[in-house]
Amino acid sequence: MTAAETIVARKDRMAVLARSTNAGLQELWSRLGVGPAYRLLRGPEFGLVMLRGRIGGTGDAFNIGEATVTRASVKLEDGSVGHAMMLGREPAKAELSAVIDAVCRDSGMAARIDRDLVEPIRLELRAADDTRRGQTAATRVDFFTMVRGEN
Amino acid sequence: MYVAVKGGEAAIDNAHRLLADRRRGDRSVPALTLDQIMEQFALGVDRVMSEGSLYDRRLAALAVKQARGDLIEAIFLVRAYRTTLPRFGYAEPVETGRMLVERRISACYKDLPGGQLLGPTFDYTHRLLDEELDGDPEVEGGRTREGAAEPVASVADILDGEGLIETDGDLLPAEPGDITQTPMEFPLSRAMRLQSLSRGDEGFLLALGYSTQRGYARSHPFAGEIRIGEVEVEVFVPELGFAVPLGRVQVTECQMVNQFKGSAKAPPQFTRGYGLVFGQSERKAMAMALCDRALRAEELGEDVVAPPQDQEFVISHCDNVQATGFVEHLKLPHYVDFQAELGLVRQMRAEYAARQADSRSGDVVADEVQEAAE
Repeated sequence: MTAAETIVARKDRMAVLARSTNAGLQELWSRLGVGPAYRLLRGPEFGLVMLRGRIGGTGDAFNIGEATVTRASVKLEDGSVGHAMMLGREPAKAELSAVIDAVCRDSGMAARIDRDLVEPIRLELRAADDTRRGQTAATRVDFFTMVRGEN
Repeated sequence: MYVAVKGGEAAIDNAHRLLADRRRGDRSVPALTLDQIMEQFALGVDRVMSEGSLYDRRLAALAVKQARGDLIEAIFLVRAYRTTLPRFGYAEPVETGRMLVERRISACYKDLPGGQLLGPTFDYTHRLLDEELDGDPEVEGGRTREGAAEPVASVADILDGEGLIETDGDLLPAEPGDITQTPMEFPLSRAMRLQSLSRGDEGFLLALGYSTQRGYARSHPFAGEIRIGEVEVEVFVPELGFAVPLGRVQVTECQMVNQFKGSAKAPPQFTRGYGLVFGQSERKAMAMALCDRALRAEELGEDVVAPPQDQEFVISHCDNVQATGFVEHLKLPHYVDFQAELGLVRQMRAEYAARQADSRSGDVVADEVQEAAE
């Protein structure tokens, strides 16, 4: 894998972990049976990130307001370092996500985790999005033109 | 002179204990859970997030519960909480064009790509109270409709095709100002005004927006587009060297399109006002867009003739935490100030009475001359 591919895969995994529920994530992780020893380099700690929009939708950036985030960094015994940062205040989820990020520095482990942990969560999230899209689509207005009296 | 006075500790303690008791109310009624507030008072929670300027549904729900449903008090609690947390950084701007849309309507084009998607709206309801909600009736889930979703095009892009609308312009490399980090100095940049409006009081902005429709800073608005949905948030993390996805937030965006007859600075075209707020807050996003457009008067070469066009007036008074702080501080003891005023009024009355007595004795002219000199 090239460095760019690694970043894409890593970001992709982080995006799924960030949107997972803590309970669901812990459950899948325990089923995986991987329990590496690690120490916390930072956090898990709460903080703020200032969210931004663009003026008019595509113009210059402006600050909308802040969001709470939780971040954590861990180091495994083999020296691999993992990071996690996500919206909300969920220390256990952030810590586990950092551990997963560190474990995935090994490409073999990454493939296994992607298959058995990330993919099931992704499918769940995608199904929820599909339901939402379908529900929104049902509220789409189908205009029809009334037949006019004159020719 | 300030005189230190002690006292009231026991009264304050007891008042707070009584507040806690009244907040909980009748103990035979089950306590509200935060999940109930988040799920069933979702729009109230969204207002607290938006005006508290902190995206965290659970915290906002907690604030609503603690504040007994007083939303401005809840907003105050959220603003106070945010000061206890460190700032980790600034996110990349959200891409509202890539939103997972739950609602999108346009009052300008009937058949725009993506269609009119009503979503979960109060519009078209009859505003009749539903007595069934006095209980807990079974509620069906939303219907779904299959079929490939058409990409939702932006109204600004459609008008831009004909060159009839102003564009968002070239991007400036400069960082936008942040009103939470720097003291406000007028005139403010549009970016800083938008930050301020986004957390501004819904009622205040609604009234100002309404006034622009009634003729104060008349700006002929059309709801070009309103969309509600979730957008991805990413923040650049230096240790990693890339933007980390943090999850999604729900926002409401409003593109107001305004007729503009042109000025020395700009040709006749449609101009735009922009609104973007946390959560599902359509009224607020619309009011924000109306105010944003009105506040661009000077930039577009319009005469500043009405309050909604006056930045200092709008921005200095739109923050309800500041407003309530200053109004409510009047409740604090002003005993010494009042004693001073009391003395002054007594003195002025004595002088007034003396003048009245003098005028009755025919010395009016000299008195008036002296007063004019003062």
